[in-house]
Amino acid sequence: MAQITFNEPEPKLGGKIKSLPWFFILMVIAVGAIGGGALYSAANASFLPWAKPHLIRFGMSLLVMLAFAFVDIRVWFRLAYPAYALMLALLAGVEVAGKVGAFGAQRWINLGFVQIQPSELMKIALVMALARYFHARSSEDSQRLRTLIVPALMILAPTAFVLLQPNLGTAIMLMLAGAAMLLVGGAPMWLFGAVGAAGLAALPVVWRSMHGYQKRRVMTFLDPSVDPLGAGYHITQSRIALGSGGLFGKGFLRGTQSHLNFLPEKQTDFIFPLLAEEWGLWGGVAVLGLFALLSYYGIGIGLRSRNQFGRMLAIGLSVNLFLYVFINTAMVMGLIPVVGVPLPLISYGGTSMLAVMMGFGMLISVLLHRDIKISRRYPLGD
Amino acid sequence: MAVERGDMERYRTLTRRTLMLGGLQAGMISLLVGRMYYLQVVQSGRYKMLADDNRISMRLIAPSRGLIVDRAGLVVANNDQNFRALIVSEQTRDVERTLGVLSGIIQLSPSELERIRHDMARRRRFVPVTVRENLTWEQVSMIEVNAPDLPGVIIDVGEVRSYPLSDQAAHLVGYVGAVSESELSDDDPVLALPGFKMGKSGVEKTRDEDLRGTAGTSEMEVNAYGRTIRELSREAGERGRKVTLTIDTELQIAAHKRLLQERSAAAVIMDAQTGAVYALASAPGYDPNVFSKGIPSDLWKSLLDDETTPLINKAIGGQYPPGSTFKLVVALAGLETGAIGLDHSVTCNGTFQLGDHTFYCDAYKNGGHGTLNLTEGIARSCDVYFYDVGNRTGIDAIAKVANHLGLGARTGLDIPGEHGGTIPSTAWKKAHTGEPWYAGETISCAIGQGQVAATPLQIATMVARLASGGHAVVPHVTKDISGGEPIRGDWPKIDFKPEHVEAVLAGMRAATDHGTGKDLQIKEPGMQMAGKTGTAQVHAYTVAERDSGQIAKVDDALPWKLKNHAWFVGYAPQDNPRYVCAVLVEHSGKFGAQAAGPVARDLLLLTQQRDPARINVSAELPAKPA
Repeated sequence: MAQITFNEPEPKLGGKIKSLPWFFILMVIAVGAIGGGALYSAANASFLPWAKPHLIRFGMSLLVMLAFAFVDIRVWFRLAYPAYALMLALLAGVEVAGKVGAFGAQRWINLGFVQIQPSELMKIALVMALARYFHARSSEDSQRLRTLIVPALMILAPTAFVLLQPNLGTAIMLMLAGAAMLLVGGAPMWLFGAVGAAGLAALPVVWRSMHGYQKRRVMTFLDPSVDPLGAGYHITQSRIALGSGGLFGKGFLRGTQSHLNFLPEKQTDFIFPLLAEEWGLWGGVAVLGLFALLSYYGIGIGLRSRNQFGRMLAIGLSVNLFLYVFINTAMVMGLIPVVGVPLPLISYGGTSMLAVMMGFGMLISVLLHRDIKISRRYPLGD
Repeated sequence: MAVERGDMERYRTLTRRTLMLGGLQAGMISLLVGRMYYLQVVQSGRYKMLADDNRISMRLIAPSRGLIVDRAGLVVANNDQNFRALIVSEQTRDVERTLGVLSGIIQLSPSELERIRHDMARRRRFVPVTVRENLTWEQVSMIEVNAPDLPGVIIDVGEVRSYPLSDQAAHLVGYVGAVSESELSDDDPVLALPGFKMGKSGVEKTRDEDLRGTAGTSEMEVNAYGRTIRELSREAGERGRKVTLTIDTELQIAAHKRLLQERSAAAVIMDAQTGAVYALASAPGYDPNVFSKGIPSDLWKSLLDDETTPLINKAIGGQYPPGSTFKLVVALAGLETGAIGLDHSVTCNGTFQLGDHTFYCDAYKNGGHGTLNLTEGIARSCDVYFYDVGNRTGIDAIAKVANHLGLGARTGLDIPGEHGGTIPSTAWKKAHTGEPWYAGETISCAIGQGQVAATPLQIATMVARLASGGHAVVPHVTKDISGGEPIRGDWPKIDFKPEHVEAVLAGMRAATDHGTGKDLQIKEPGMQMAGKTGTAQVHAYTVAERDSGQIAKVDDALPWKLKNHAWFVGYAPQDNPRYVCAVLVEHSGKFGAQAAGPVARDLLLLTQQRDPARINVSAELPAKPA
């Protein structure tokens, strides 16, 4: 860890470029490229309709990531609450728009040049807001339940909106990422046990408030054979794709489950089985390993930061990435119900990629500005 | 340390808890890897199988049906190419335009177009839809020539069964039809193939398993929508085996043509030594070619409603009182039981009195036949003679001999639809009506009336058994699968005294030489026949009708269904009995010698001229499975 000194000079752009984490960026590019390859295969050896847009979008997101990386961490600090407030407002807007929209799940806001899913961006905004909140709290403050009321509301408000959409996957991610932030922020340990117990007790209530299709997903998860051609079809075919891949896979472009269309949603949520079918256990584990490395690298960035905001922001974003990967792969393997979470940078879809790359940009920003000291009372004064 | 006051403590907390979090993540990753190991290594074999189940679709390839040939190797059931035009909607840019062009070639009716559009709407875009079946060669050529204007139109070649003999052997050869729900329980999966046909009647039915063959299989790779991507492997099936008939096509055609001169008739020509049937005809018939393509319901209804029952094989399924032909049985029974001797004679004055009931002879008007011995009794077919013999012999002894001669039970012919007829006995009557037998009933039965009923095939078999010197010949229309015909000199001998059988045969010779069939005798040297006429009453004449001598007039006035049946059964040549022919003219209203006799005579002459027993080509060329 770098020597901590007072009154360090402000980092210059040239120095920032020199100290860019090239290994980390290389890994990100590797994941994006794997995504391009998988989407090329998903379209039966064709760059259209998925691989080409994916790679173009990835290239542009890469630029966004770098741009975000060079932004001073204090700017992110100052933007934390406004960004959160904006996203909450957008989520509310989506919910209102959803009431008048034709579709049950109205998750998009059309900004003209790109369609944005506010819930994806909310995952970042929530981490930012919580990081800023805990930045201003002392260790003793964090132990007090009174202090935790505001962050709890900060987590629950977007979660509630997202659940109304309804988007179970994102709601779970927001809850878990928020819990991780509370944990590293120093909330008392017993609280997690208590909330966990309360959550279990509330399960029947949750069950009753769930949509029919969500209940079906859970039922199907518990026993996919109940409805092998209906709701259980996805998970059954996904397991077959994974299992038939074996140790070394069927080879690039030679997956039968995906190429013969038995695997549904193979370009989006179920892209991991496509990879594992063609590349086998080794390929699948390599992809998981790459994501794990990225997540641990991000956590490492957090531990190297000299300001609490940067630490928590980095850890929160890393946990977010990990949750994406875990929920997506666990659901395609049949470990948890199908909740609709994409595999970052590999699944086809614009918003999730943009959100994840923005997150990576902020992570790098934390790294580049790790030595900047931010007062607990910043920006109100030292 | 240059850390803000209080920051050190929360940094420590954060580091500690981040490590916990990192550990938790490591645990979750291990869970994922463990799960992958379980799916991709431990359970891999099972999932590979499931993936193959998904993508590999086994398709059965229908085998070619075996041919049916006659004893000379002439094909009587063939497989014709069935050219079908199909259309694949995804391969044609403009379906309506393509159908329009096609309609210019094969004239599609509005209802056909309706069905095609309906089928196309219901199926996936890559599934071919049938436009028209059974295209002619000219139509196929026209479609091929216009192929550039007909994108998506395919010509597909299937097989359709055809029967060159058409209605001339319809009942015998049979026909094929769609597999019914109940027949699906069979173990053979090929039956479930769409459009597969199986034997429904005749030889097509009895030998269906030989003719059917074994299905081939084709392993196809299919996608989730069922579209075939490619063929992975193919295993050829085995075409059905050839079945050889004992039938002689020329005789069969001649018999059928001859029968068509009557309104409704049946004929059997068989070998008295081997039991081989050379012709089995029932007229009118129907065209089985229509049946194998699917019967129009109005045609089916008209066939069902026809009182001449064209759908029934009357030669084996029609049961008629045998009339005087049954006197052969009664004569043999009388001799066998000892009720009469070889020299038994009876004086006929036109009537026979039993109790207070009077039974008449045909010679009643002319004052009777006078005194007759057994030979003349048969030759002149005197009813009184057989009233007397029957009365002496008793019904049970008659029934026993009748059964030995193949009456009263199915002969066991190797095609479906055979009936067993009826030979009454005291036990039979007790079982059927609960009533005791009356002696008067025996009198009616003695001349083949009353409850007695037999099929033309049974009457032919009866004479074959007599003419073969009392061997239990069983008729059959097919040879064994090798195409060879077992030489059946080894039919078991029935326990009749040879001189008794000879006495009956002498009566038959006398009948055609100078008796009831004297006008029928064949003139060609060495081909003379022996035979027995029969006229079976359907209507019981009243005494008034008999006394008025107006029987002929009464007959003419009767509705068709009540007119007499005419029988003739004979064998030839006289000195070396080989061929047996039985003819029944249903409700002819004439005497057997008038209506059935000439038919049988013509057929026996033709049979001897052709000598089908010598035709045996297929034995030298055994059927090989293709």
